[in-house]
Amino acid sequence: MMMGTALARPERTYMYYRETTRQMNDIGVGSLVIVILISLFIGAVTAVQFSYQLDGTLVPLYYIGYIVRDSTIIELAPTITCLVLAGKVGSNMSSEIGGMRQKEHIDAMEIMGVNTAGYLVLPKIIAALVVIPLLVAIAAFVSIVGGYLAMVLTGSLSDNDYIMGVRSFFQEYNVFMMFVKAVVFAFILTSVSCYQGYYVKGGSIELGKASTNAVVFSDILILLADYLIASVLT
Amino acid sequence: MIRTIDIHKSFGDQQVLKGITTEFFPGKTNLIIGRSGAGKTVLLKILVGLVSPTSGDIFYGDVNFSQLNKKEMRTIRMKVGMLFQGSALFDSMTVEENIRFPLDMFTHMTWKEKAMQVDSCLERVSLGQVHKKYPSEVSGGMQKRVGIARAIVLNPEYLFCDEPNSGLDPKTAIVIDELIRDITIDKNITTVINTHDMNSVMEIGDNIVLVHEGRLAWRGDKSQVLESTDETLQQFIFASPFLQRLRASALERSQEG
Repeated sequence: MMMGTALARPERTYMYYRETTRQMNDIGVGSLVIVILISLFIGAVTAVQFSYQLDGTLVPLYYIGYIVRDSTIIELAPTITCLVLAGKVGSNMSSEIGGMRQKEHIDAMEIMGVNTAGYLVLPKIIAALVVIPLLVAIAAFVSIVGGYLAMVLTGSLSDNDYIMGVRSFFQEYNVFMMFVKAVVFAFILTSVSCYQGYYVKGGSIELGKASTNAVVFSDILILLADYLIASVLT
Repeated sequence: MIRTIDIHKSFGDQQVLKGITTEFFPGKTNLIIGRSGAGKTVLLKILVGLVSPTSGDIFYGDVNFSQLNKKEMRTIRMKVGMLFQGSALFDSMTVEENIRFPLDMFTHMTWKEKAMQVDSCLERVSLGQVHKKYPSEVSGGMQKRVGIARAIVLNPEYLFCDEPNSGLDPKTAIVIDELIRDITIDKNITTVINTHDMNSVMEIGDNIVLVHEGRLAWRGDKSQVLESTDETLQQFIFASPFLQRLRASALERSQEG
């Protein structure tokens, strides 16, 4: 029901546009550092782990670049990034909207005649659908760089070997799959978080629970969707 | 004018309102009074459509508000301003942006016209030089004034105030009361105030509705309050032992005289 109302025609497009750009800034710029940091280490750890796994086998070591690239693009970048964003952005959204509900800000808007579900939820969803795929793309790139740094700077693999691995067996379809996942996960984490905040009742304990529920339910649904997308698209 | 006809409201087994029929007049400060838990906040929320009544009708003029769908309700709400108990100012916006929000949302005014309207509202509530401050940077009394300025920025026909004096010192409370009364008279709007502040009752009570245990217990104006022999009203007004003693000695003196 909330989504139905949220998707109704905006009262004033300019106000929605302004709120959407604010949300894009909050979600995108606000999450950039944490996404880069996590991706860098994910790429590095993946490279180190596979280097250890492949050591002493007949598999050529340049495969490490290939494995880091594909595991990052197909799975780690969209899933880990969105799980992290569910914790950071999702809990923030549910707390923000829940706080507005408790402080009667939503009632105040309702009385003014504002479609509150639309004004508070739709800009967040649109912003997330635009910005989160970009963050995921950045995460994928940074992970590959992380793998490079972990391998080349430690001397485990030569610069040429890693880059050759990264450029081997590339399929554009995997990038498409990454963006499908990013869009679906972005929708899940914003809609679940907004729902939890919008319908919060009670005091600070309930607000805390709503925030926790937003993260937990988003994470569960993201993992479930991850499996479904993997089954359908591969 | 707003009319309520036989309003009932239940939350599960608990019956909060048990058939409230009354009227609120334009150009007057209409007060809903009653003890905590009497049902006055629920009645106010039903009047503005934040809570649906279990049964009964609310008329804004000739329009049956309770029969409207959400979209139609919004057209009525454009004529409504409301001051909340905690002011409900948006924390992320400055005072100026808070007051401008309804103008941004619902009017096609130019930036200059909006700025003039905001200035005029701030002037009306005797506030200046607070445009760029955030709600957390101004006092409770100022927040109430900003709340009033935001409530009147679209020139509403109806103004609702939920406990406008809560958390304010007696002097500031009187200033807020007088401000609401002056705005009501100047703009000839129907103002409904939910309060249990006796100063407000005696100062600005043009039309007073006493709600007791979900029922309309008494109705009148401030001049009738002290003369009334209604037991529920007397119990509400002279709730403290001090006021009871004061009243008893006043009655004694008048009998002796």
